[in-house]
Amino acid sequence: MTLSTLVAEEQEVLEHYLRAFGALERNGAARDGSWVAALRRSAMARFSRLGFPTARRGNEEWKYTDIRPIARRPFQLPLPPGSPAVGAAELAAFALGPTGGSRLVFVDGRYQEQLSSRPSLPGVSVLSLAEALTSGADTVQEHLGRYADCDTHAFTALNTAFLHDGAFVHIPQGTTLDKPVHLLFLSTAHAQDTATHPRVLIVAGEGARATVVETYGGPSGADYFTNAVAEVVVGPGADLTYYKEQRQGERAFHVTTTQVVVGREATFSSFNLDLGGALARNNLNVAMDDERGACALRGLYLMGGAQHVDNQVIIEHARPYTTSRELYKGVLNGRSRAVFHGSIIVHKGARKVDAEQVDKNLLLSDEAEADTKPAFWIYCDDVKCRHGAACGQMDENALFYLRSRGLTEPAARRLLTRAFVSELVEGIASETLRDRVDGLVEARLSSWLGDDEAVG
Amino acid sequence: MLEIRNLHASVGEVEILKGIDLQVKPGEVHAIMGPNGSGKSTLAYVLAGKPGYVVTAGEVTFLGKDLLPMKPEDRARAGLFLSFQHPLEIPGVRLDQFLRAGINGIRKSRGLEELDVLKFDRHLVKKVQLLEMDQGLVRRSVNEGFSGGERKRNEVLQMAVLEPTLAILDEPDSGLDIDAVQEAAKGINQQRGPENATILITHYQRILNYVVPDVVHVLINGRIVRSGGKELALEVEAQGYEELQEAEATLRSSG
Ligand SMILES: Nc1ncnc2c1ncn2[C@@H]1O[C@H](COP(=O)(O)OP(=O)(O)OP(=O)(O)O)[C@@H](O)[C@H]1O
Ligand SMILES: [Mg+2]
Repeated sequence: MTLSTLVAEEQEVLEHYLRAFGALERNGAARDGSWVAALRRSAMARFSRLGFPTARRGNEEWKYTDIRPIARRPFQLPLPPGSPAVGAAELAAFALGPTGGSRLVFVDGRYQEQLSSRPSLPGVSVLSLAEALTSGADTVQEHLGRYADCDTHAFTALNTAFLHDGAFVHIPQGTTLDKPVHLLFLSTAHAQDTATHPRVLIVAGEGARATVVETYGGPSGADYFTNAVAEVVVGPGADLTYYKEQRQGERAFHVTTTQVVVGREATFSSFNLDLGGALARNNLNVAMDDERGACALRGLYLMGGAQHVDNQVIIEHARPYTTSRELYKGVLNGRSRAVFHGSIIVHKGARKVDAEQVDKNLLLSDEAEADTKPAFWIYCDDVKCRHGAACGQMDENALFYLRSRGLTEPAARRLLTRAFVSELVEGIASETLRDRVDGLVEARLSSWLGDDEAVG
Repeated sequence: MLEIRNLHASVGEVEILKGIDLQVKPGEVHAIMGPNGSGKSTLAYVLAGKPGYVVTAGEVTFLGKDLLPMKPEDRARAGLFLSFQHPLEIPGVRLDQFLRAGINGIRKSRGLEELDVLKFDRHLVKKVQLLEMDQGLVRRSVNEGFSGGERKRNEVLQMAVLEPTLAILDEPDSGLDIDAVQEAAKGINQQRGPENATILITHYQRILNYVVPDVVHVLINGRIVRSGGKELALEVEAQGYEELQEAEATLRSSG
């Protein structure tokens, strides 16, 4: 194919999205407040001007991730799912277990009341965004679309243009949620390749404390595209833990943008687990917007086959005495590829900022590849910034040491790989989530490194 | 139990073992001494099956089986144990965790029942007490932040836990204080028995006061140049290797 036919293909896909947008508007599928309609319209206009970021030359943000497979395919908006939308077994595979907390289930981007559970929590809102938009909650209008940037980010613009459902979580001032809120987004197989654009808004009021878990899953045989955007507001003194697990099918495309604003003396802790997808890209943008805010961002990705994962984390220290800690680790098997692109920006006058960024990769095969790209933009002298990166194969000496004690080679490899990720798993405060991640990691490693003998 | 005949081995392009002959019978303790770089650790690694150590000639039988084609884990399962001269740190792996996997691998290969966490813990605690070690050590990542001496004692502990038929101990006394040498010797002796044997590599005669060898070998430049009774160790310590080295050089030049 020549360059011009390729570009024409991308142009055709853009027009496809414009037509889909027009059809939605005409049949009045979205009948919520006019401000939402305006938000969508301007996002669509923006998206059609931006196009997908396929140009790789001079495009640092997308240099290592080729998104042409997304840009050249006219993904359809899925028709509303039948009933039941997913089977009990599928649901159980992704459910959090009996935590007693709230659970919102979305199938192909649409909220499923009968699969969800919403214990009543005084003052707390955990509801579908569609519902929140029709009921006209002020908090939604105050925050939705305010943080996630459509102007320069095509995927955010596309998500906003097709914004119709998702989750709204509001924990008001001084409220502590002791059970996690689980947002479960499942995709199903369709005759056509489909795209969903889930939208999440989480607002933690002053001094609120909560844990929100977001899970993405879908069938392994289908080509589908999830383009999610989450806006997270952590109010003054609030403490929010945000845990996201990506367990998409092996042919899925997954792009997420998480825009976080951390207030005065607030704490934001995230954990990003990537296991699935053919191509996954996570944009995590954290604005440390007021003094003494702290964030701890952690990530773990286990990729095999031809999987590709790209974590782009941007932390903006706008104010003094803000701290950030990043620790991402990857285990790469097969021909998989991982990119970690971590930017730390310290604004002028943001004294005593303390930032640390670490990304480490363990390569289980000769063909796997990892790229770590740290970038620091520091406009203030009085700061502490550190970064560390490591990438390598398993330590042969350690392997021999364990084998000399009677462990088989696969068992020794599995033990050392688990040891590599253990600080991340052990670091998960919630026991439920820690056990869950441990189980997922163990299952993945067993599938790669044999299961002949139990370890530990 | 162990028969080494004309063993030659190389690392990379360099030949390091140049024809080793050694026979170890059940119940025996063999001490191997020799100057730095003479090939003692290389011999230990070759016997334990470390990848990268290539045997270019000779043969080794262990308990009647051809040892050399065996994988390291199969050698361990057959009853061979190596105490490392430089035990390494393995962050994130706890001693109790991997030793249970190790011992169960060994037990399984012998048709014995595997130990569950509880039974294994009891076994481990017994050995820790026997060696008068700190209980906390086994719950920490292997050797992470351990002192040199602690690492060595940790190796002896692993030996005690795995109860090998043949223990190859590569300088288990280096870096230990005087009391610790005695403790280590106690652990080594505890493992001895009429069916078991020990190869003890050392630079110092001191440990041989406690673990009394049946035979002492002097390894120089990849060859055993002299073997004798325990008094050979005293002689080496008193005189150094110079004379023996000269003898080795003459041996070499004469063919
Ligand atoms: N991986 C390697 N690559 C190249 N040379 C090696 C390697 N390992 C060992 N050697 C060389 O082999 C020779 C023997 O080493 P070895 O460790 O067996 O000596 P040693 O007798 O145990 O010495 P020491 O008393 O210092 O422990 C040395 O000259 C050493 O440099
Ligand atoms: Mg040595």
